Amino acid sequence: MSDTPLLTANNLNVTLAGRRVLQDVSLSLTKAHLVALVGPNGAGKTTLLRALAGLQLSTGHIAVEDKALADLSLRERAKRFGYLPQGHLVHWPLVAKDVVALGRYPHGGTDPARLSPADEAAVIRAMEATDTVGFADRPVTELSGGERSHVALARVLAVEAPIVFADEPTASLDPRYQLDVMTNLRQTADRGVLVIVVTHDLGLAARFADTVLVMSDGRLVANGAPAKALSDATLANVFRVSTFRATHGDQAVIIPWAGV
Amino acid sequence: MVTGRPAAQRYVIATSALVALVVLLLLASLGIGPVRLPPLTVLAALFGGASDVQQIIVREIRLPRAILALAIGGILGLSGAALQGLLRNPLASPSLFGAPQSAAFGAVLMISLGLADVRSWALPVAGISMAFASVFMLLAIAGRNAGLLLLILAGLAISSLAGAATALVMNLSPNPFAALEIAFWLLGSLEDRSFRHVELALPFIIAGAAILMSQRSAFRALSLGEETAQSLGVHVSRLRLLVILGVALGVGGAVAVAGSIGFIGLVAPHLMRPLVGHDPARLLIPSALTGAALLLVADIAVRIIPSTTDIKVGVLTSIIGVPFFLYMIMRERRALGGGIA
Repeated sequence: MSDTPLLTANNLNVTLAGRRVLQDVSLSLTKAHLVALVGPNGAGKTTLLRALAGLQLSTGHIAVEDKALADLSLRERAKRFGYLPQGHLVHWPLVAKDVVALGRYPHGGTDPARLSPADEAAVIRAMEATDTVGFADRPVTELSGGERSHVALARVLAVEAPIVFADEPTASLDPRYQLDVMTNLRQTADRGVLVIVVTHDLGLAARFADTVLVMSDGRLVANGAPAKALSDATLANVFRVSTFRATHGDQAVIIPWAGV
Repeated sequence: MVTGRPAAQRYVIATSALVALVVLLLLASLGIGPVRLPPLTVLAALFGGASDVQQIIVREIRLPRAILALAIGGILGLSGAALQGLLRNPLASPSLFGAPQSAAFGAVLMISLGLADVRSWALPVAGISMAFASVFMLLAIAGRNAGLLLLILAGLAISSLAGAATALVMNLSPNPFAALEIAFWLLGSLEDRSFRHVELALPFIIAGAAILMSQRSAFRALSLGEETAQSLGVHVSRLRLLVILGVALGVGGAVAVAGSIGFIGLVAPHLMRPLVGHDPARLLIPSALTGAALLLVADIAVRIIPSTTDIKVGVLTSIIGVPFFLYMIMRERRALGGGIA
């Protein structure tokens, strides 16, 4: 595994309506990593994710491999980043397969009915990885929230980008779907992709992530392996909670326990 | 299994059937009128056969009218589908957003200033500018992720403003004949149009249609919301501007020669969704063909409905379109209720 950084950011600052939402955030992330981005509501997690993906204007410097983000065209960015926003929104009752096929848009596969064999293969790979082949021809509006989250994930995986951003992909899902989504993202990271996940679930973060980034008031306050980044002191300061800790096999278990 | 065939096949079948329908309606439009001509005579007259009188009727009186119905109905259907794709909303249409009303104000202003006679380009240019201003204003007021309620209220305000401005022009018009001319022109009609009108409107309509068609795959990406579309490489703010420009060119050009013809843009995409699905890119061409068919039918209908005075085609499309709009509001009641709450 190479340690040269895939995504670096230096001194990112974002000001929205007079409020500094991001303050001097710097980070350096390598490929084949699952990174969990945690922090209380309003800490700036989504803003950081959007800034890194080039969807939010920021001051500072962002580089993908050795190229500055600012020098990349919209299409070049789209090939490098898969972006999964909150809510899995689809405005029209499109069939699941057509939604997934939109992941090929940056590669020129703009018409789901006329995909190239390579695009078609990528769509099938993404749908098989997320177990969505079974409802490929059903309108997404008729699917359950859990099924829809899998289709949304498949759409992002179909981009086959080296970097995937996911904004609270487990929000409002039942436990099984939460585990499925995280396992999927874990497997994606194991295939060499840098996956950055915003989550409120410290337990999932501790269990699945290689690295945890903790944000508070627009700043990055901890960055490291889960056990180190999610220390008792950090959790008490940032989240104002104490935790129950254990290990299961070789995995860390962290459960928020009481307010402090 | 994973295939896109059924939808693609449905699309081809629906589109071919619509093309055939539009061709038949074109022939009917050339044959029906005070002098009824059978289809074979129409074809003969078109290609230089038949009598001189029949040739004049078909080529000089009815052909420009049929071409305008085809082009104007087509661009209205296409504009409706494009606006619905851009705003991800089945109730979006040029007439609900005040575009034709604003274009009509621009054109009426030119008529009352007497500029329409001197320089004929004044009419379409004024219509297009006002249509552009109105849609631009609507999107600026309603904001980027505007809900249904906001868009419709802003559209209502803009079309009321355009209506008031038009009324003011009529109010200030120098003589009652000018006011009457404007009033009839506003009703929307394709009667007595010549190839001069076709020349005036067609370039703008074609340009508008080309702009809208060039953006079709972006509408598909927009199904996932603006942010996701941007992450897929769609330049969303440029897309908005291009759609506004395309709609303004098409609707402004159409209104400049035919007056205000409403509700085709709302109805056409809606009729096509059950046939070709909800994919906003795949809806564009069928919606344009349906719009053309609807306006051809309406323009044939005003010729055969018995009445003492001529019924204007714009009146007919609104009489049918508004109840349809009410029916759609009923269907979308839940979404509207959510917007109000």
